[in-house]
Amino acid sequence: MRLILELALIHIAGRGRQTMVAILGVALGVGFSIAMAALMQGTEKDFIAQLVDTMPHVQISDERRTPRRQPAEELFPAVQFEGLRPKEDRRGILNPAAAFASLQSWVPGRMAQGLRTQGVVRYAGRDVGVSIVGIEPEIEATVSSVAGDFVQGSFDALQAGGNNIVVGDTLAQRLGASMGTTIQLVSPTGQSRGFKIVGQFHTGNNARDESETYVLLKNAQILSERPNAINDIRLRLDDPEAAPRVARQVEAELGYKAVPWQEANESLLEALVVRNVVMYTVVGAILLVAGFGIYNIISTITHEKARDIAILKSLGFTQANMRRLFLIEGLALGMAGSAVGWLIGFLLCFALSQVEFKLSGAGVGRELTRLPLFWSLWHYAIASGFALVSAGVAGYLPARQAARLNPVDIIRGAT
Amino acid sequence: MNALIEADHLTRILPAIVPVTLVRDVSLTVGEREFVAITGPSGSGKSSLLYLLGLLDRPTSGTLKIAGQDTSQLDDDTLARLRLESLGFVFQFHFLLPEFSVLKNVELPMRKAGRLPASQMRDRAAGLLEDLGLAGHLDKTPDQLSGGQRQRVAVARALANDPHVVLADEPTGSLDSKSSDQVFTILRDLVRKRGKTVVAVTHDMEIAARADRRIHLVDGKVVSDERVAQARA
Repeated sequence: MRLILELALIHIAGRGRQTMVAILGVALGVGFSIAMAALMQGTEKDFIAQLVDTMPHVQISDERRTPRRQPAEELFPAVQFEGLRPKEDRRGILNPAAAFASLQSWVPGRMAQGLRTQGVVRYAGRDVGVSIVGIEPEIEATVSSVAGDFVQGSFDALQAGGNNIVVGDTLAQRLGASMGTTIQLVSPTGQSRGFKIVGQFHTGNNARDESETYVLLKNAQILSERPNAINDIRLRLDDPEAAPRVARQVEAELGYKAVPWQEANESLLEALVVRNVVMYTVVGAILLVAGFGIYNIISTITHEKARDIAILKSLGFTQANMRRLFLIEGLALGMAGSAVGWLIGFLLCFALSQVEFKLSGAGVGRELTRLPLFWSLWHYAIASGFALVSAGVAGYLPARQAARLNPVDIIRGAT
Repeated sequence: MNALIEADHLTRILPAIVPVTLVRDVSLTVGEREFVAITGPSGSGKSSLLYLLGLLDRPTSGTLKIAGQDTSQLDDDTLARLRLESLGFVFQFHFLLPEFSVLKNVELPMRKAGRLPASQMRDRAAGLLEDLGLAGHLDKTPDQLSGGQRQRVAVARALANDPHVVLADEPTGSLDSKSSDQVFTILRDLVRKRGKTVVAVTHDMEIAARADRRIHLVDGKVVSDERVAQARA
């Protein structure tokens, strides 16, 4: 075995420049795939962290997954009803206090209840459609990310005397309103009240910044003429990954639709999966190309060393010995390439992590951003695993060919 | 006299559109301590016969026994093992590994066989080379040696695993007459002093004339097989 290794090393060393090129090919493949994986996983994690941060982990609304069974269906054993008018239920989450209390007993995390309704803001002769969220400020602050996005004021300011409202900064701009301005809020039921702006937030999400408003829960209930009604419970879990499980359990217990953040952002998460597939394809292609480099050098060596093969076989080396010899040469190139590739990958990651850029647009002057990189030993292991497999295959094919060589043909050819 | 090589109706046909018969129905027996020269015009199949006897090639028909063992049913790996342990080869071109030193080239078959500890391999290789007059050249690479010296290294390598039979394919074919003479003397001493059996293919009639036994081939057939009695005295 040591003898085979020695022969392999001599063969490789005998082709210095080609060996360097093959090793560099593998190294670049490994290096780029490591850097790419770090970047991809880093941005993915960053993206998901932002999702998880800005959204409620589970949102419970007063809708149901399937329409309620109607009393007529319970009463008559008919197969199908035509023209049945559904019974009008009381809207909102029924018996909210009990529901909230039962959730509080087991949900691992914090929760806030609210009433969400639509309305129109009227100010200076302009009407802007908004969604009105009725909240309890002190609880909301622990659940919502908006609490951290205030440009001016805060949720707590809602509790000061009078009717107060918190709006997105874009909305305020569109209306030409500012802190302290009193705007008119009109609800679908026709109720109209004046609210004083006591806070402005900027989430960075345009849709929210220009159409979301927060008032006290009590005020929202008055505006929509639904005293004590709740139609929205938001959960912020200690472990965001537990959201789907918690949501299922909530649905089982309350019967209301509970949407985990993964479901709410399904299309985005799917896009991430597609992105990963694209990445692995590209990385695989790079390493495949590197494999061709190895194939090339090993088969050149087998051709050049045909005489050595004949000598060794005539001395009594077996086919398996010869196969192993060239397989080892391929793997050695793969390993050397991996090792250099680790270094390249590490340096690339370091270089990328130094890149700074400013987010254009928005004009908010958000701070300088760096590329999010995720450092994982797995990337290194997977990349070199890939490289070794392709090196092994690339070495094995010419090795098999070489092992089959008949020494007599070569000895004859030499004479 | 024990028969080391027993060939029985060996025929080797190269499969092609027009099949070429290299060796035609050759039967012969080679015993211990024999120095056999196989002669014949070029293309007469003398090298092909040697490759068959050396287990490098398989006959199309006929059987071959090496030291009493029938080789026709053995697989390639077993044949390789037999070559390694019971046969030594010397080719026209030395066929040494160019990257290995002279000493390492001679050690190679021993390392492959793996029967001796490393230090003994070294001593044995060095001893063989010294016996063949190469004491000062152990660490040189083959391309630093003359043709005759290389061929002597090849002989040392053939002896590495102490085989019974040394097969030589035109061992003096690419040498000048002085070096030829040296190599011939060495081969003859293998028989006389070390008790080996040597089978050498040669077209050099002068060398053939000094062998113990001459087998003459024409068109793959043995046309004469004569022993020279006085040479054994």
